[in-house]
Amino acid sequence: MKGTNLGEFEEIVLLTIAALIDEAYSVAICDEIERVTDRKVKLSVVHAVLNRLDKKGFVKSHLGDPTNARGGRRKRFFTVTHAGKVALTKVKEQRDQFWSVIPEFNLKFI
Amino acid sequence: MKNNSVHPPKWANRFLEWYCKPELFEDLQGDLYEYFERNIETKGRRRARLNYTLDVIKFFKPYTVKKLEILGQLTQFIMFKNYFKTSIRSIGRNKLFSAINVLGLAISMSVCLLMITMFSEVKNYDRFHADYDRIHRVTNAQKYLENEPNLFASTSVLAGRRLKAEVPGIEAATIITRSFRADAKVGDNTFPFNAPWVDNDFFKVFSFNLLRGDANEALAEPYSVVLTDETAEKFFPDQDPMDQTILMNDQNYRVTGVVEKPPFNSHFKFSALISYTTYEQEERKREENDWWLNWHNMWSNYAYFKLDENTSIDQVQARLTSIADDETSPQDQTKIILGTQPLTNIMSGPDMSNQIGESIGNQALWILGVLAFVVILSAAFNYTNLSIARSLRRAKEVGVRKVVGATKKQVFTQFTIEACIISVCSLIIAYLLFFVLKPLFLNLSPEMQRSLKLEHEPIMLVYFLLFAIGVGISAGFIPSLFLSKLRAIQVLKDASSTRLFSKINLRKVLIVVQFTLSLAFIISASIANRQFKYALNFDLGFDTENVLNVSLAGNDPYLTKAIFEQIPEITDISLSSHVLSTGSRYANRAKSEDGLDSATVYLSQIDHKYIPLMGHQLLAGTNFVKKDKVEKEETVIVNETILNKFKLGTPEEAIGKVLKFGPESSLIVQGVVKNFHYATLDSEIECFAFRHQPQNAEILNLKIMSDNILNTRQKIEAAWLEFDDVHEFRGSFYDERIEAAYSEFEVMFTIVGFLAFITITISALGLLGMGVYTAETRLKEISIRKVLGASEGSLITLLSRGFMWLLLIASLIAIPSTYYLFDSVLLSDQAHRADIGALELLLGVIVIFVIGFMTIGSQTWKAAKSNPAQTLRTE
Repeated sequence: MKGTNLGEFEEIVLLTIAALIDEAYSVAICDEIERVTDRKVKLSVVHAVLNRLDKKGFVKSHLGDPTNARGGRRKRFFTVTHAGKVALTKVKEQRDQFWSVIPEFNLKFI
Repeated sequence: MKNNSVHPPKWANRFLEWYCKPELFEDLQGDLYEYFERNIETKGRRRARLNYTLDVIKFFKPYTVKKLEILGQLTQFIMFKNYFKTSIRSIGRNKLFSAINVLGLAISMSVCLLMITMFSEVKNYDRFHADYDRIHRVTNAQKYLENEPNLFASTSVLAGRRLKAEVPGIEAATIITRSFRADAKVGDNTFPFNAPWVDNDFFKVFSFNLLRGDANEALAEPYSVVLTDETAEKFFPDQDPMDQTILMNDQNYRVTGVVEKPPFNSHFKFSALISYTTYEQEERKREENDWWLNWHNMWSNYAYFKLDENTSIDQVQARLTSIADDETSPQDQTKIILGTQPLTNIMSGPDMSNQIGESIGNQALWILGVLAFVVILSAAFNYTNLSIARSLRRAKEVGVRKVVGATKKQVFTQFTIEACIISVCSLIIAYLLFFVLKPLFLNLSPEMQRSLKLEHEPIMLVYFLLFAIGVGISAGFIPSLFLSKLRAIQVLKDASSTRLFSKINLRKVLIVVQFTLSLAFIISASIANRQFKYALNFDLGFDTENVLNVSLAGNDPYLTKAIFEQIPEITDISLSSHVLSTGSRYANRAKSEDGLDSATVYLSQIDHKYIPLMGHQLLAGTNFVKKDKVEKEETVIVNETILNKFKLGTPEEAIGKVLKFGPESSLIVQGVVKNFHYATLDSEIECFAFRHQPQNAEILNLKIMSDNILNTRQKIEAAWLEFDDVHEFRGSFYDERIEAAYSEFEVMFTIVGFLAFITITISALGLLGMGVYTAETRLKEISIRKVLGASEGSLITLLSRGFMWLLLIASLIAIPSTYYLFDSVLLSDQAHRADIGALELLLGVIVIFVIGFMTIGSQTWKAAKSNPAQTLRTE
């Protein structure tokens, strides 16, 4: 089985899915990440990550209804599973823990 | 949806569909589409399409690609037994159709087996030499002014010498000159002997197996002979041949080696070899000129060389070109260009004159290969045609298979296997036919017997099988594809409603192609036959009737002549150096008196009796004066063309003028003969001269007056054997010799005629099958028409009209194209040829129509005669 660790990009994708709620499908995810992080995201990379997250059990997907757009092809919508939520929370907790032990952290020093 | 008119590239989509997992496919394609539409707006159509394609390629990743369908393949494998069984059953059920297919394929396949064997045999020629791929020979292209160059396998001694001395990057090179003939006296026995002169490097280039003697020394000394084991056994039975002496032309030759007889697949065969130093010594002794070293003396010498391992042939070729440039003087009208030819290409390479041994030539190979292909194509068409025609009956079977769950691929496999079974069955019959055809083919001409055996190694059987399967797959491809595409529901609901006959045009095209080919064959055969007859009856310009040419075989001409003068039926005897008009030619350079004009002049050396005996017409001057021994040659008799070439004026004016043949012989023109054909009909008449040199004669021309020619011939032969018991009697009538010279037309006629017969048989079988099928399927229609009062005659017209149209179209295609092929391509290099008459062209059409009408007619006749009550009762 795949490990349950979340990679950096995986975490971002997972967060985006959670943020988009019902509208999380590959192209929308790409756009959202580009908007928030300001970095170029390739569709093929996102696809691969979604596939990996699916394998790890952090997301599940279902096909939407056919529309006139996209040449009539249906979209695949993603939602975060319970395991996904747990993983996200765990990551956040770990980070918070580190933050809490850093004293007098000041952006100006950097 | 915007920009509805613009679509991503189709092939990219197809590629995506091919590799992508079905569960990922729709969503992935949708995403790509979305981007595509976005790109059209921002980047334009072209970039959008390009990006789409790139994305499709980028998505080719492990997680998107389909897993190999091992399971599916396994089913195919398990189903194989079932396919096999149903195929056998179906073949057995339709005996007539299967028989037509098997028979047609078998006949044409046997021809192909013959060709495959021949090609592989030709390809294996000369491959027994070590490093055969590094051995090449020097070839000459002789170019007169701006004419097309003539290719020769031979070259000059000078070219060979300069190759050996100057060209770097050559491991070894050898010069061969043919051909030494003499009577070999060994003890009390005399044997006819003939051998080429070869130099000491012979065994460095070739790997003929030297059994005795030293490869480096055997051919070094003058008057050394290396015998093959076969010759050694004949000359010195039960003795050690080494260091024995052989007496030839009053000269002792020493045996310095024994070489294994050259294998059958060597283009160069010999029974003995003589050291080249012998030739050099003999030529130097003659002293009169050094013609043997002349650049233009390229008629009987050959140069072979073996490249160094890291030299390319181009480097050698470049050096040879510069040597040829160096030797060519600007005022030469005839230029010689040196070329090279790989050893393995000699058998199958371009057609060249003066071959040292056998060569089939690529032209003949190409023609035979194409013909065999055409024949097998015709048989494959039969299969395709009949299978499509019968697919109505098989449609239900396909429907049931599909309902039960067969995929398109599986149905396709099943029908392909059926085709393969048919073709493998045909192979078995074809293999038997192969052994019937083989001797017939080899006996077509003596050249064939000398150069081909058509024996195959066991590995060839595998090739045959692969070939049969290949034929099966290609013949079955279209019907299998067609049947596998049928839709189960439609077929099962109402078989007749499916658009089965959408392939009817294809069938018509195939029939037309078949008959066009058959027609082309018939026409070609009759043209070849006509050309052969034309050549035989051609007026050569002299009289060949009742002339028996007897080879002297080295005997003294005058002694032999005296023997034959005893026979009363022989009215006259003349002497000549060779038999004209039968292909062999001998030429020398001649110059005008002032030495400014020079030209190649073909020669014949004759005595004073030759010209009247052969009925040559003297336009001016007189015949040679009778002399028993010509001590010093003074005069020459020339043809009309020479007068133009050397600007000698009219025949009368030419008498008394001088022509120089070599530095020694300045000859006065004594007579002018009317132009006649001294060569075969493929070349024009050029300069020709008769020289008065009866002592060089090799042929006796006997004019015979007799009621019983055969009897006289036997008498002559008996007289010969009494006179000379060493050499066999080699005499033949002039007309026979001419016939032999044109045997290529006869061979072509036989081969093409045979193939015409085969293709017609196959096409007729196919037509028969189609006829049977049409009659069967339209039986009800015919019955109803009959009930309504149609006459039998009108029914036959109705049924056969369609086929007759096809035959008509076939003739309209075949006649002009065959005419063009012969007129502009095949016969275009013949200087004199028969016209292609309307009779030849029409003959084929008539034959085809008669056969076509008989096959179709017989079937429609049967259908028209049937009792309508019988057919309609079951309705």
